[in-house]
Amino acid sequence: MQFNPFVIPFNIGLYFIIIYCVAICIIWFMDLSRADKLRLQRGFFGKPFTRSIKEIFTESLIHRKIFRLNPVLGYMHMSLAFGWFLLILLGTIEADIFGEKHLNPPYKAIFFRFFNPDHGAEGFARVYSFIMDFILAFILSGLMIAIIKRFWSRIVGMKKTTNLKTLDRIALLSLWLIFPSRLLAESFTCGAAGSGSFLTGSLGSFFAGFLPAEAMAYPFWWLYSLSLGLFFILLPRTRYMHIPSELFLIFLRNSGVRTGDQYGSYAEAQVYSCSSCGICLDKCQLSRSAGINDIQSAYFVKGLKRNDDVYDISLNCLMCGRCETSCPVGIELGALRMIQRRAGETPEDMKSIWTGYMRERNQDRNIDKEANKKVFNYLQPEPVVSETEVLYFAGCMTHLSPGISTSMIKIFEAAGVNYHFMDQNGSVCCGRPLMLAGKDREARELIQHNSMAIWSSGAKKLVTSCPICLKVFTESYHLDVEVLHHTEFICRLIEEGRLTLKFLNRTVVYHDPCELGRGLGIYYDPRMVLYHVARFNDTEFERDNAPCCGGSLGNIRLDSRKKTAVASDALNDLARSNPDFLITSCPLCKKTFRKVAQNGSPEIIDIAEIVVKAMPPSQKEEFRHNKNCQRGVKYTVVK
Amino acid sequence: MKGFGFSSIKPRVIDYDRNNRTVSEYILEREPSFSLCIACGACAATCSAANFTEMSLRKLNIFLKRGENDEVRRIMNRCMLCGKCTLVCPRGVNTRNVIFITQQAFKKLDNYAV
Amino acid sequence: MEAGWKHQKTLSMPENKERHIVVIGAGTAGCTAAGQLAREGYRVSLIEKEGRPGGKLNSYYQLFPDRRKSEEVRDFLLAEIDSPLIILKPDTDVESIKKNDAKWLVTTTRGDLPPADAILLASGFDLFNAERKEEYGYGIYDDVITSLELEEKFRSGSILTSKGFPPGRVGLVHCVGSRDEKVGNFHCSKVCCVTAVKQAIEIKEMLPGTEVFCFYMDMRMFGPYYEELYREAQEKWAVNFIRGKVSEASENIEERLVIKVEDTLAGKPLKMQVDLLVLMIGMENAQSGLRVGEDLGLDVGMNGFFKVRDNHYGNNRSNLTGVFYAGTCTSAMNITDTISHARAAVVEIDTYLNTSGKELKS
Repeated sequence: MQFNPFVIPFNIGLYFIIIYCVAICIIWFMDLSRADKLRLQRGFFGKPFTRSIKEIFTESLIHRKIFRLNPVLGYMHMSLAFGWFLLILLGTIEADIFGEKHLNPPYKAIFFRFFNPDHGAEGFARVYSFIMDFILAFILSGLMIAIIKRFWSRIVGMKKTTNLKTLDRIALLSLWLIFPSRLLAESFTCGAAGSGSFLTGSLGSFFAGFLPAEAMAYPFWWLYSLSLGLFFILLPRTRYMHIPSELFLIFLRNSGVRTGDQYGSYAEAQVYSCSSCGICLDKCQLSRSAGINDIQSAYFVKGLKRNDDVYDISLNCLMCGRCETSCPVGIELGALRMIQRRAGETPEDMKSIWTGYMRERNQDRNIDKEANKKVFNYLQPEPVVSETEVLYFAGCMTHLSPGISTSMIKIFEAAGVNYHFMDQNGSVCCGRPLMLAGKDREARELIQHNSMAIWSSGAKKLVTSCPICLKVFTESYHLDVEVLHHTEFICRLIEEGRLTLKFLNRTVVYHDPCELGRGLGIYYDPRMVLYHVARFNDTEFERDNAPCCGGSLGNIRLDSRKKTAVASDALNDLARSNPDFLITSCPLCKKTFRKVAQNGSPEIIDIAEIVVKAMPPSQKEEFRHNKNCQRGVKYTVVK
Repeated sequence: MKGFGFSSIKPRVIDYDRNNRTVSEYILEREPSFSLCIACGACAATCSAANFTEMSLRKLNIFLKRGENDEVRRIMNRCMLCGKCTLVCPRGVNTRNVIFITQQAFKKLDNYAV
Repeated sequence: MEAGWKHQKTLSMPENKERHIVVIGAGTAGCTAAGQLAREGYRVSLIEKEGRPGGKLNSYYQLFPDRRKSEEVRDFLLAEIDSPLIILKPDTDVESIKKNDAKWLVTTTRGDLPPADAILLASGFDLFNAERKEEYGYGIYDDVITSLELEEKFRSGSILTSKGFPPGRVGLVHCVGSRDEKVGNFHCSKVCCVTAVKQAIEIKEMLPGTEVFCFYMDMRMFGPYYEELYREAQEKWAVNFIRGKVSEASENIEERLVIKVEDTLAGKPLKMQVDLLVLMIGMENAQSGLRVGEDLGLDVGMNGFFKVRDNHYGNNRSNLTGVFYAGTCTSAMNITDTISHARAAVVEIDTYLNTSGKELKS
């Protein structure tokens, strides 16, 4: 017999999911922008193709990134993904070689043992049975870890697992049933027929000893088929949609497609590619320090999938980038949050998991009646300053931390730089805080105002001491000057020999600010500057793993107490080695850390300030002397 | 709903009973620290927009609490959301969120007549 | 000094001769308490970490509300501790304190003390480190000073800015380091408002041509004749009062200090150049006291000061039997209240030690 009614659920499920996946791929492809379509076509038939195949292998199947972060978790994912893949692949080959004919329908491969109970007695067939059993055992080992992890997450070293909704739970249950029911079904069949390899065979003969194996096998085959069918049918509306989505995503990404500013196919593909693995949960400092457990990226993406109102969730995020750098699928979480912030709240009638596909989500819901009205038309154009080489933009936050700006002035003077302190009398904000709040249109007005001042100055370089300003200058302004962070500028001054520093016999720990480090990738220059002035203490909390200070302008909702909690925990982590100084290169980080530093240890200062400390006194004295000579006042150095 | 045509005559007195404080309550629900303000003025003193315009967060807070919504509507959009006010508030009010919610609240009032 | 303050053989119970009290801190509270204890016949070891007794009084110029000289009160304190029963140990720090039965064994940096029957912690307060409020520019701009530094200028007899001239305009900023969530101090330090008014008057007295401005959030004139002093400042000395919390101080192109504040009563932001900016720094529990407290296991309140057993009728008692508090280590106080508090502590120690010997509970 080559057919049995029990295969029907499986068939329904399988054909459904295949048609669904193909349809989705076509729809997503059609909704790509023209440029992206071309990119994908080039990527598919070009070099990125091999890269994509390789990535599918190393990430979707082997889960190498998860392995690096957490070996037990990586093993678990790998066993299910890679194991199941091998089971299907080798099962198909098995049916092909050992079946009655070639090119069998899929159910023949999946239910091979049912249709060939005596298979595997000797020779190559025996070896093959062994391999199939081995793979099944491999999968079951991972499954056990998965089941235990759901109840006791610490066994895989995670503090939290994702919370699931009803549909997810049913899908999870059916997934968990698949392999045990295969095991039992095969075992009973083998028990009855006296065949099978080390797993199925031994289990089978054990059962056959006291149970009616033949009769018991059949219900389990039904169970196997039903669980498979149910899983496939539920797949599109659960997190397991990540299996097909991730394949599409990998091809898109390797072809050079990026998320951009609007919600589109690529964003949609990313949203569906989230497997809710939960790695982002532990990385999020809001969970660890502030006790906020419903806004993490896994939940945000899940909310997007289900058309929930995720506006508040999107606002309550530090935008620090820790989740994005650790996401094994490579979802651009920051960009997705920004898109949601721009979109505003979801209207009531859109909030359902069954309605609203991408096109509806894509609608601009911000019916702005005053769209043409300028909000910042009270700003006067700045006076034109010419003949400067370097413009120094301190930024709003630096005004509240004058140690940084006065240090920068000293450095400029000591190095003989022809500079102009652009916002000495108070600054117009650079515009990034408005953008982080989703108000791009208003931000454009500020950007225009500041750009005019910069363009008309004739300067060659723009130096800023605030990474937030730096990021918007680099990414959203269209400037014809070179934009530098003050650490980069100081590094250049040192390399050009315009600044001589002596080595201070002190230990420091350097904190990578979120916007400078993960946001712009500037890690090298601050460290180069610090190598000239002090000794480094090693810390594991640096570069991509640097904690966020908590002062973030990206989080609008977080209240003062929780910010303090985040800052305290971050400071405790950084200052574990008891350094003399904690060096920051962001005024907001400096203020936030200073608020929670107890008894001034370690002392928290900006990189410009420690450079001034390392300047020989003669340089500082000369600067003040020059300034005061104009007044004819005798002056002595106080510090 | 702008005063039913009485907007040309501004009352010289804050008529506390007649004034509509639902916006203030809306904000208070979403940002409880709003109730802590003592009107010290540090926020307004450090405000980036105050250099150029009449924006004063302290005034905004007081007017909201008294129900003088027209004044608020006039000045609230001048804010650059730079965040300096939150960094100087001695009471720990999340001022940036207060003004963000205020803008949201008035937008809702205008768009959906809530 | 009137008779009655000097030490005579008075009110001592004979048992007290055998008892030894250790008073930690020889400031206002410590000296007053030691003096009263000696009057009652106890033997006292008075430990002081600085080189001389008197605490912060040694730095002050005149005291509110009547602007009498601080030396007079300091002399009173020195007379209090001028007794053969009091052993003053300056330049001495407490290293550890252990309990042995009902006695306390105190180890100092200059040796062990004889076992004590009770400990009186009068470790006082530390002034807020104004560098923590970076936006005011203390430590960055030369003409930003603290109220304590201003007192020292008064004592030296001249007030000059860093450029060597007397200031044409002085600004006093209230609530620096107090009532401020951003530095972690929610409490009010009580005495800074009246200190600011007093200092404003003193500046005007020394430099009649100078303009003086006080920038306040509230005017907390809680004590006797304090409100009258405020009135006098306005009426007689033309001190200006502006209600607004100064948000930042910066230097303009001519290197003059500029402050930004909102004149909340006028409803507009205000910018002003000043020649000297005085920060009225608040009180915090002394670090030296907190170290002793940690060693002993004393409860510390949310505001950083020591927690007293009862806020109304037990504010000299600690959570430990036999350890008592006097003075500003429990909360911010002026000198009058510190002295009263110290005397009350002596009453508590008396009660503790002279109740039935078997139930030495406090």
